[in-house]
Amino acid sequence: MNDKPEKLIDKKGLRLDGRKPDELRPVKLQVGVLSNADGSAYIEHGKNKILAGVYGPREVHPKHLALPDRTVVKCRYHMAPFSVQERKSPAPSRREIELSKVIRESLEPAIFMEYYPRTMIDIFVEVLQADGGTRCAAITAAALALADSGIPMRDLVVACAAGKVDDTIVLDLMDTEDKVGSADVPVALMPNLNAVTLLQMDGTLSTDEFESAVNLALEGCKQIYALQKEALRTKYVSIKEENKEEAEE
Amino acid sequence: MATVITRVKQKQITQLIDKGKRLDGRGLTDYREIKIEQGIIEKAEGSAKVLLGKTEVVVGVKIEAGEPFSDTPNEGVLTVNAELVPLASPGFEPGPPDENSIELARIVDRGIRESKALDTEKLCLEPGKKVFVVFVDVYVLNHDGNLIDASALAAMAALLNTKMGKYEYKDGEVKMKPGYEPLPIKKHPITVTCVKIGDKLVVDPWLEEEQVMDARISMAIDDDDNICAIQKGGSGYFEPKQVFEAAKLAKEKSREMRKKLNW
Repeated sequence: MNDKPEKLIDKKGLRLDGRKPDELRPVKLQVGVLSNADGSAYIEHGKNKILAGVYGPREVHPKHLALPDRTVVKCRYHMAPFSVQERKSPAPSRREIELSKVIRESLEPAIFMEYYPRTMIDIFVEVLQADGGTRCAAITAAALALADSGIPMRDLVVACAAGKVDDTIVLDLMDTEDKVGSADVPVALMPNLNAVTLLQMDGTLSTDEFESAVNLALEGCKQIYALQKEALRTKYVSIKEENKEEAEE
Repeated sequence: MATVITRVKQKQITQLIDKGKRLDGRGLTDYREIKIEQGIIEKAEGSAKVLLGKTEVVVGVKIEAGEPFSDTPNEGVLTVNAELVPLASPGFEPGPPDENSIELARIVDRGIRESKALDTEKLCLEPGKKVFVVFVDVYVLNHDGNLIDASALAAMAALLNTKMGKYEYKDGEVKMKPGYEPLPIKKHPITVTCVKIGDKLVVDPWLEEEQVMDARISMAIDDDDNICAIQKGGSGYFEPKQVFEAAKLAKEKSREMRKKLNW
């Protein structure tokens, strides 16, 4: 497992998986994939495969956590033991606890929390396969699941990372680039409000490099946003057609 | 961190900040008074206490021999843990670390790790077998806001204060020898936290400002003015231009602090 590639970008300026520096991995989105959840979505972002399910607004558990003026949002980001090269213990790691918190805080600004006092909204994210950038893909899917559950939102939330590998600012880092590269900047955005709801970074960047990385990530977010809207539309168009067929019968 | 603040006070703080003033008389980008005391715990290899206004954090450093991670066989290990001890705030409860203390520890960890402050390669005894593990334990003793900056500062001050016993490594055994030497430190990251209140950015929030903030952003800046770690927190958002403004503020403030501290 210690075969670090010498170069992450070849002479033609292409990356390990043949992408250009400002190119996203293929993204597939599907809404309404779980029958029990109030809202759900599935994302394939490169090799990342992630399911998100939303339950609620429902009764608060444990009861003392209830808030008199708004809903309580809970989020659990969890990786399946088989999602990575070496088996991951199913117990939540410190990383997963931190990610659960930042994912929740990236989605909360989109939710009209004051509409549902004394209730709780549960967001569950299960990473089935991970390949770099899972927190971003998780946010993209979880926002769709929230929208699918019918909870009123200010906007969708969409996330994408940018970073620096081999002195080049690149969009949407995959696993190897994330590990070997020199910086990773995940960003979440509510595109209509131009609001950044998640921003993290590790690595080393000058202020100028940081600005271009954030701007590149924001561009990536906008591309995925179009796919998100399309995925929502697809689900509701298919429901409309089903209804039409039933009416004709 | 369930401590209550009245609506009247919330409004007062927000309105004042909108006018560029703060309840405690500081300017929007001023830090509270910072006091650093090093070497206060004799039993620890390194220690420091930081007072940031009334916020009080103690960090102790312990060093033990241990195993390296399989992906970095020739590097020593850095472990950061944070305890929000119950005596520090009515909102802290005893028990296993919650998401707030885990996030705090991971932000401090990221600042030190990503800036490569600690030269971990010099802490290797036998590649793949034995390395030194540096435990950095952050102990919050009084919570009056901005635990992140205080903890990051205390952690760095404690690492700079750390003395490793001289040793001899033979046949998988570490034998201590008389005398001490400092830890191999390469960089001195400084973490600067801004919060958004209304549409203003405020540096070094105290507790009540944290309770009315929309969101916070912390950036670790290294000796060469590079950003090496960022964490946004809180259930609000930033506009992209506010993010860049925060980066500029962090750079300015870390420079000022670096000069004062002589780091």
